[in-house]
Parts: sequence; structure tokens; C-alpha cells
Amino acid sequence: MPHDHDHHDMPPDPALRVKALETALLDKGLVDPDALDLIVETYAHKVGPQNGAQVVARAWTDPAYLERLRTDATAAIAEFGFGGRQGEHMVAVENTPEVHNLVVCTLCSCYPWSVLGLPPVWYKSSAYRSKAVIDPRGTLADFGLSVPKEREVRVWDSTAEIRYLVIPQRPEGTDDLDETALAALVTRESMIGTGEVKAP
Amino acid sequence: MPRIRSRLIYGSRILSAPEIDAPFSEPWQAQAFAMAVHLNEKSLFTWSEWAEAFGRYRASDGDYWEDWLACLEEMTTRQQLCSVDQLSQLKSDWEAAYETTPHGQVVTLAR
Repeated sequence: MPHDHDHHDMPPDPALRVKALETALLDKGLVDPDALDLIVETYAHKVGPQNGAQVVARAWTDPAYLERLRTDATAAIAEFGFGGRQGEHMVAVENTPEVHNLVVCTLCSCYPWSVLGLPPVWYKSSAYRSKAVIDPRGTLADFGLSVPKEREVRVWDSTAEIRYLVIPQRPEGTDDLDETALAALVTRESMIGTGEVKAP
Repeated sequence: MPRIRSRLIYGSRILSAPEIDAPFSEPWQAQAFAMAVHLNEKSLFTWSEWAEAFGRYRASDGDYWEDWLACLEEMTTRQQLCSVDQLSQLKSDWEAAYETTPHGQVVTLAR
């Protein structure tokens, strides 16, 4: 019998470091294993762009809600029960025929977790983080978006304290759709500003 | 024949791995993520402190979750929640446990 089948496979180095950390913190009573499981469960399965899509769809269909979102996005988003875990402020930035908004975090990858879940790989890459600021139109072109010269592109640099949610433009020909049907059209990319919402 | 849907991936010429939508590709990443969020919620450090430190790690384009873990080790030792020596010892203990625990049994630390 081969020796390496007698014992467990050695986990990769980072996994052992995480185990060491967890053990040290558990010994001191600084972490609660159930709370850790709940956080993983929440971000792996429950929180995602579908949250932000609900916010966008309501902003499209309810002018009073849009007004609340403009005045205090953190509170308006909390109406859905979506709250930032790091106490960050949310700011909603609206796309219009004159303005296209693009969100980045040049420092690391601050991202509106409560409405979009955890960031996609490209959002975390240094390529995106630097190019979005230096060449926003070129960045949008990388995503297949061509923004006319007369339309301003605004880039918003997220921080630990302030996170941005782009409210994309409602596509034409969607007057008959209700809030739920509209929410289904809203993509993660459209709420970061690297995409647009298309009519079904 | 089924239609193959292609997706544009940002920087595909730079990123070799295809984008995976799941936030975590290995369990340790999820654990490291949860520990940072949990410790922040228990006010053991602020998220601004975290972002300041994490930003330093992310200045070079290393692996995101390995940077996250290194930052977590820095934050926990800086706040004296544990020590570098202690983490190093515990890591060796876990290695030994994996080496000596027979297959089929749960790996635990002999304390």
C-alpha cells in the first residue's frame, strides 16, 4: 500500500496558516465558529448582485424611492434589509444620457458587498484598478461598451468608508415590465458601470 | 449543436485563469474572509485600518486571497490578538497532525 494513502493529504500552506490563526483566536475566545460559518454562508450563497438589482428596479419604478436613494442611499438600501457590515456609506450614482458612471477601488478592492456580494476577479486585478482611472473609455471599450464623446464618463474611487452603486439607465421598451421582471434584467456589470442593461 | 456563449473577461490577455463567479475557490479563502469580517464586527480593528493595510498588500498584483491572509496575520499580530511565534508553532502543530493522523480519522490538534 503506498505510504501516501495512510495519512491525510497535507493542505496547502495558506490553509495551514488559516488553521493556525483560527486555533489561536478560538483559544482566546475571539472568534465564534458559528458566526464564521454564518458569514461564509451569507457571502458564498445569499448576498449577490440580485440584491442591488432589486434596488435598481425600485429606483426605476418608484420616483419617491429614487428620491430617497439620491438623498441617503445607505438608508434607502437598508429598506430592503441590505446593510453594510463595515458601516460604510453607500452612494448611488445615476447613469443618464449625459453621464456614464464607472466604479473602481484603486487602493485594494473596496466594493459594495451588501448589494453586489464579493467582487469579481477582474475588479480586483491591478489592470482594472489602474486603467479605469487612467483610461476609463478604454476600460469601457474592453467590456464592449462604447460611450460617445459627448457623454461624460465619471469614475468613482471606492474607499473603506464610501461605496458606490451605479443606477444604470432603464432600457427602452420595458414599460410593461414590473419591478421583479426589471430586476431580472439588471446585471452586476451594469451596477459597477462596466455594462449596460439590455431590454429582454 | 448548443450555442456556446462567450463572455468578455477584462484583461484576458493579462489574467491567465478564467474568471470564476464563485467568490471563493478554496475553503481557506472563505475562512480567512470570515475571520476578518468577524474580527471587524467585534471592533478588534476598524475597516479603515483593514483597508489601509490591505491596500499595501494589493499594491503589487499578488493573489488576492493570499494577500488577504497575510493582511489578516498582520492585523491580528499588530493588535496583539496572537503572536507571530504562536502562529508559526500552531502551523507546525497542524502539519504534524496531518502527517500522523490516519486516513479516515478527523485531524485534530493534540493539546
